[in-house]
Amino acid sequence: MASPRALRSGAGRDPHAPVTNLVLLKLLVSARLRSQLAYRGSFLSDVAGQILLGLTEFVELYAIVHNVSSFGGMTFAQTLLVFGLASVAFALGDLLLGETDSMSETIRSGKLEVLLVRPLPVLLQLATSDFQLRRVGRLIFALAALAAALLFADIAWDPAKVVLALITPLAGAAIFCALFLGAGAMQFWILDGRQFANAFTYGGRYVASMPGAALFFPIQIFFTFVIPATLVAYAPSLVILGLDGPAGIPAWTGWLGLPAAVVLSGLMLLLWRAAIKKYTGAGG
Amino acid sequence: MRAYWELAKSSFRRHSTYRTAAVAGAFTNSVFGLIRASLLLSAITTAGGAIGGYSAMEAATYVWLGQALLAPLGLFGTAELANRVKSGDIAVDLSRSVNLTASYWAQDLGRAAFDVLPRGLPPLIVGALVTGLSMPGSPGPYVLGFVSILAAVSLNFLGFFAINLLSFWVLEIRGFWMLYMVVMNLLSGFLVPVTWFPGWLLDLARATPFPSMLQTPVDILAGRTDGGESLAMVGIQLLWLAVLLIIVQMMVRFGSRRLVVQGG
Amino acid sequence: MPIIEVEELSREFQVMEPAGRFRRRKKTVHAVRGIDFIVEPGEAVGYIGANGAGKSTTIKMLTGVLVPSSGRVSVCGFNPVPQRKALARKIGVVFGQRSQLWWDLPLQDSYPILGAMHRMPEADWKPRFQELAGQMDLGEFLTTPVRQLSLGQRMRGEVAAALLHRPELIILDEPTIGLDMISKEKLRQFLDAERRENGTTLLLTTHDMSDIQRLCQRVLVVDDGAIAYDGPLTGLADVAGAVRTMVVDLAAPVHSADLLSLPDGAVHQGIEAEGIRHSVSFDPRKLSAATVLAAISSTAEVADLSLHEPDIEHLVRQLYGSARL
Repeated sequence: MASPRALRSGAGRDPHAPVTNLVLLKLLVSARLRSQLAYRGSFLSDVAGQILLGLTEFVELYAIVHNVSSFGGMTFAQTLLVFGLASVAFALGDLLLGETDSMSETIRSGKLEVLLVRPLPVLLQLATSDFQLRRVGRLIFALAALAAALLFADIAWDPAKVVLALITPLAGAAIFCALFLGAGAMQFWILDGRQFANAFTYGGRYVASMPGAALFFPIQIFFTFVIPATLVAYAPSLVILGLDGPAGIPAWTGWLGLPAAVVLSGLMLLLWRAAIKKYTGAGG
Repeated sequence: MRAYWELAKSSFRRHSTYRTAAVAGAFTNSVFGLIRASLLLSAITTAGGAIGGYSAMEAATYVWLGQALLAPLGLFGTAELANRVKSGDIAVDLSRSVNLTASYWAQDLGRAAFDVLPRGLPPLIVGALVTGLSMPGSPGPYVLGFVSILAAVSLNFLGFFAINLLSFWVLEIRGFWMLYMVVMNLLSGFLVPVTWFPGWLLDLARATPFPSMLQTPVDILAGRTDGGESLAMVGIQLLWLAVLLIIVQMMVRFGSRRLVVQGG
Repeated sequence: MPIIEVEELSREFQVMEPAGRFRRRKKTVHAVRGIDFIVEPGEAVGYIGANGAGKSTTIKMLTGVLVPSSGRVSVCGFNPVPQRKALARKIGVVFGQRSQLWWDLPLQDSYPILGAMHRMPEADWKPRFQELAGQMDLGEFLTTPVRQLSLGQRMRGEVAAALLHRPELIILDEPTIGLDMISKEKLRQFLDAERRENGTTLLLTTHDMSDIQRLCQRVLVVDDGAIAYDGPLTGLADVAGAVRTMVVDLAAPVHSADLLSLPDGAVHQGIEAEGIRHSVSFDPRKLSAATVLAAISSTAEVADLSLHEPDIEHLVRQLYGSARL
């Protein structure tokens, strides 16, 4: 493991080398990682907790699916593909920006002011200061579930599907990053509204990991075209598995994940900037 | 006794000032209710009428009652005690003439009393409008349900209190907290009724106090169990209450002794 | 060119206040109302005032955390909020109650990160860090995680962190609050030396009069959002009629104030502990503590004594009162 000395092992490095963005990023992330390893016992139980969390999310799905032959028009292996893709995407998004969820805490404690008087974007500082290594536990489980799904679901691969399978977790991660960012930004206006944001972040995760056809029709529409949660995993899975979607989530939406991620990220970044402006009072 | 009553009242008042948080919580619990209800109903429709003893209407009622009781029952807990141990303020608490566990317990009951209406009612209204609810017509289930809810609030309180008390021994309890939350969420029947579980998991759940923390009051209140069964289930809750109370009191005793020895 | 220029600076907030049981009404609070001041490079300025007088609001506007409602503010030639990141490279900020260090890491690990944030190559930040660590005696606890440091140790670490990038201006918000005498003194010595050697401009808020006495040639007193006094500390004492208080414990009880000999200008304030403890106030510009003590000792044996400086709240209240007259 990295020792406290690791940072200063300048043996092979030019002490006059300018500080690039990459060097800075590495320093910030490695500081964060070492902070978490400082409480080793707690860290290990954290990782175990995160793996277990992934497991219970799976058991929740399994507890429903094992009672029925098909769930939302999908076999068990097919629902596992949706679950796996959604879990990988959420784990990545959570790893990067999960803690903007507790933005109100950062604002209340005055920590935000410390971040504001540093010569770096607040968002970059938040992403690195909250890079929670323990959340890797969740990612490990998610990847295992995805691997199992790819193994057991009968998929007739073609190049387009391979491309879709590769971009889907990344687009999904971007969608969740954007949702977390929006959740954080929202708390600048509604300081006590953290739970409100959870309806879209954790609610989004919940919807994303389930077969969308099992949802009420208005919920399908809302979580596809307003909060693009079904575009994270279910819609692309329809394309990959060659299935037809329900009325609210037709199969052609399978390719909408990436554009939705781009649009949503852009919107949420604007919202974030507005939130910082609101805090510094520039908005009014 | 008066002191505890005052503590409960002040806690009620304190929580009544967080109005935005209550609205946000009610909103989110309703959204989750919609998602959860649609998933269970879809599965039941495919299964041809019922799963694990729940018909469509019963499953929907189960979901909405669960979402409504989530906040009052205290399924998310607070880390207040752990924070006070960390900051050393616990010494002040221990030097007071009131019992540590009882004073926090009273405050949690005060919180629960406040949470019932603003956080409990909205999901029930949404449920009644969207799927309908099947509630019993006789008063029996409501009376026993009330007792069962009180027991469940207390069980949830004691469970989280025990996790908080771990901070007497370890620097950071977040990991334990996380483990507890995850296991409790699953085995309490919060995500899916425990009777939907495969057999081995059902047996495991029934060997823990967790179903007593949510599923029991929900089932009693929905009138799924007859009077005798309900009484037996409340009996099991009280049994677990005694067990957890003993554990918590032991932890307080040894933990505070440890605090004294180490001088904070 | 002045390092801080503030002109007609105002800031108001809209707050909701309860009106009846469930309704709330909007209310405008004027935290800062039309203040003007200029700080030249190398100056050391104490910014004092009661809680809620507008100190932190001003600091936030100077550091780019808050936009003024009206008026103009320029720090190091920058407009703070729009040019926040550029400004951050020129100034150092210490918030007494909030840490900018990495809480769970050994103290020494925060500096490479801060250095990198300010884009300082290792050859640049490291010698500066070693210089600061030497001057502030950080050596013995550099390997201790920040969360385990005492408040005094942590504050030294915080000040070193704020100065790592050689800022032109350092703003300290209550740097000595909660510190013991030795830590306070160390910090003051260091800040004074830093200013004299590197010409770093110093702006600090404090509740501790001796911070001001040791560090600042100039005080700005803010009261109710407006500047009530701007000038040297001695002048402030003149305006406010500041007095020091000497508390003596006598070896044997003296039950009447008349039995105690006091120099002209010293006023007996009270007797406690059945004649053992007496307090005497005097104007430090007219009398020295030694004169007062000598006079008391001539009539009674003094077992113990302590001196109390006028506190800032008191001074400000006095000043504000006299300004209104």
